[in-house]
Amino acid sequence: MQQKDYASQIHRCFRCGYCKFPTDYSSFNCPSYRRFRFDTYSTGGRLWLIYAWLKGEVEWSEHLAEVLYTCTTCKNCVEQCPMKFAPDIVDWIVGARSDMVEKGKIPPRVARFFEAVYGYGNPFKQLRSDRAAWSNGTKRYASGDEYLLYVGCLGSYDENGQKMARSLVDVLNASGVSFGILAEEEECCGNEIYMLGETGLFQNLVEKNSQKFKELGVKKIVTLSPHAYNTMKNIYPALGGNFEVYHYTQILNDLIKNNKIKPSRAKAKVTYQDPCFLGRYNNIYDEPRQILQSIPGLELVEMERSRRDAFCCGGGSGNFVTDLLAGSADSPARIRAREAYETGADTLAVACPSCLTMLTDAVKTENLDDKLAVKDISQILKEFLSAK
Amino acid sequence: MSDVYDALQKIVGKDYVSNQAEERYFYGRDPGLMPPHEPDYVVMPKTTEEVQEIIKLANREKVPVTPKGGGLALTGLVIPLKGGIVMDLKRMDRILEVNEKAAYAVVEAGVTHGALKSCLQKYHPRLRHSIPDSPPIATIVANAVIHGQGRLSQQRGFNSDMVSGLEVVLGTGEICRIGSCALSSRWFSKGPPLPDLSGLFLGWFGSTGVITKLGMKLYPCKKIRDVMLFLTDKADLVPEVIRKLAYTEMIEDIVVTAQPLPPRFKGNFYILLYITGDSEEEIEFKKKMAWEALMVYFESRDGGFVSVTPDMKPPFLAMPSKDTTRFADVSKGGGFEYSGPIAPIDKYTPYLEKLEELASKYKLFYSSAARVIDGGHSMMFSFSYTFNRANPDEMKRAKTALDEAAEFALEEDGVIWKPNINEQQMIMERMDPNTLKLMTDIKKLLDPNGIMNPGNWEAK
Repeated sequence: MQQKDYASQIHRCFRCGYCKFPTDYSSFNCPSYRRFRFDTYSTGGRLWLIYAWLKGEVEWSEHLAEVLYTCTTCKNCVEQCPMKFAPDIVDWIVGARSDMVEKGKIPPRVARFFEAVYGYGNPFKQLRSDRAAWSNGTKRYASGDEYLLYVGCLGSYDENGQKMARSLVDVLNASGVSFGILAEEEECCGNEIYMLGETGLFQNLVEKNSQKFKELGVKKIVTLSPHAYNTMKNIYPALGGNFEVYHYTQILNDLIKNNKIKPSRAKAKVTYQDPCFLGRYNNIYDEPRQILQSIPGLELVEMERSRRDAFCCGGGSGNFVTDLLAGSADSPARIRAREAYETGADTLAVACPSCLTMLTDAVKTENLDDKLAVKDISQILKEFLSAK
Repeated sequence: MSDVYDALQKIVGKDYVSNQAEERYFYGRDPGLMPPHEPDYVVMPKTTEEVQEIIKLANREKVPVTPKGGGLALTGLVIPLKGGIVMDLKRMDRILEVNEKAAYAVVEAGVTHGALKSCLQKYHPRLRHSIPDSPPIATIVANAVIHGQGRLSQQRGFNSDMVSGLEVVLGTGEICRIGSCALSSRWFSKGPPLPDLSGLFLGWFGSTGVITKLGMKLYPCKKIRDVMLFLTDKADLVPEVIRKLAYTEMIEDIVVTAQPLPPRFKGNFYILLYITGDSEEEIEFKKKMAWEALMVYFESRDGGFVSVTPDMKPPFLAMPSKDTTRFADVSKGGGFEYSGPIAPIDKYTPYLEKLEELASKYKLFYSSAARVIDGGHSMMFSFSYTFNRANPDEMKRAKTALDEAAEFALEEDGVIWKPNINEQQMIMERMDPNTLKLMTDIKKLLDPNGIMNPGNWEAK
């Protein structure tokens, strides 16, 4: 929560353009720059425009707000920027967004995102009573359970996310681990709200979630989404929410290593999309791959850009709902779908419900859906458990 | 003017043209110290034909056009001084050919140095090109247009000397090929044995036409690359050291650095020597030649080689050099600019003294890197000063220091590299009148309506 300093530091960007690239400079790795190609949509462009806005050299406009909000906060720029301030870049963007929120100057789609989360506890304006409609009788969290499974908004309401949640529940049940969900009592984790700059609403969500977790005696949380994992692990503690937080791939990998889950033989060629909030934000690159490689007969192939150079699906910072990067063959998810297909894989594995929904849609738009399946790692694992 | 906007949309599609305040603001500036001037439109063509249509439109409507690559010259060369259209060429990003046998690549105008480096490393590992120290977004074409230098300039000359052909959209809208590619599909020579017409476009900053494709010579990429560091505290010895090293014909790249911080650096001159080879024996032999060339200074205790430990090497060997870019933030200000005259190497000492004098006079942090060009026929000496973007007074002082450095460099037989419009006037005022008339006639011939990056190379 150091965004408030951004105004005194943001002039330090030289707009050198390293932020646009992956490590080997082979292509453009900033999702919004790759989509729009005006320099304004790169991190350097954004930081210069924010500074101009602060100095009064550029007036606020919907276009300025759109430039600011098309950043998916994927952290590629943080990886590539050669300057000492690199780790602060996302905080600066979030800080500027916070100022825009305070002034009520945000794109309408972002405003609707906030209204939905504020009014319904999710960005889809779905009823709270339907939050567990996916769960098919999944056990509610009770004192003594080892883990709280935090499903999140996409897992609760999005069709693809729901399938992912059900698979994960089935795999966890098969492993014998004790866990439960919050069902209708679950709130939005707030990661997107934080990244979009709605500080007040974010704090409110953290307080509600933390209080609920404490009331129930939750010690360990396993999240479906890397976005929830990121916010609960890295941002909640500063606001009093101290819990042991895991992403589900960490748990599944441990269960496999401890022989609690034994995948059967498969015949599949799979490539894997590193989610930004798992990889670049939390340095979790190996566990998802180890799960896939634990499946006998599964061949894991890498896309040209992977791990810290992975190309974002375009869904971060609420873009899986606001969709500010859509509408073009240059939309990040469509580019990524084509890259996955070029590996020769028959399956594109993901570990994030946002990636799942963005890439599933992109594969369909690219007419690749009969050639490339998009599946979450828990779905892949479940398939080969069922075959046992 | 809305007719121009509509016409641009028809040419490139609505997603790739903007007249919005945000794009006009950003494209009206560069990271250096020249005053901003905003364009009316920013347009991003994808093909030569789209460039041609834009130039024809600009001629009809008498609208200025400023072609732009990475926009990193720092001297305002892509600031549209008279408004009009900024043509961002980075969507023209295809590497069209890498010819291994004839050792050249053909690239579109927006291909970055980063992209070509990556392509060669992956698919043609025995070949490389001359990578400048500017960030990887610098484009091959724009770097050649400003007569950039790179890691092979000590051996091969300016990066523009390595051009092997051009495709140009003239200021009048015709598409024209320059060099061997004007006769066949081969891009191996930009001129010889024909009249070398590439000089009508290289060095002109887009004021005579838009280069849409370029052939770039490629060179052997040896398996091993290493760096040596020679240290002396005697500035006067630097030209002699350079001459001795160049004589060996063993050194890929020679760069002399000087800076006051950290304190151990002040008063010392670090001469970086880059060696390449296909075997350890080759590397050792080249190192031995360098040692022997400079042994005399070791014996007189005027200098010596410094051990470069393995952990010190990666930043020296990195291409491009991130450290060069980091200079912008040494005082947490986000800015630096340099005046970089091309000059005889014997001018090293007076230039260095001027660099330090101006830094002291204007209270600026400084640094200098002198890159040897073409076996020591010249060097690029950078008068580099940092500034804080949030400190207008410091920006003004830095600009004044750079102006004085440029004036001094001209007085001391240098030619200002990528000169800003004021420096262009200084150069043209000193130029042989017949040479200036020739330049003026060429410009009028190629750009009769005066629409191509106006303000540049225009004699008052």
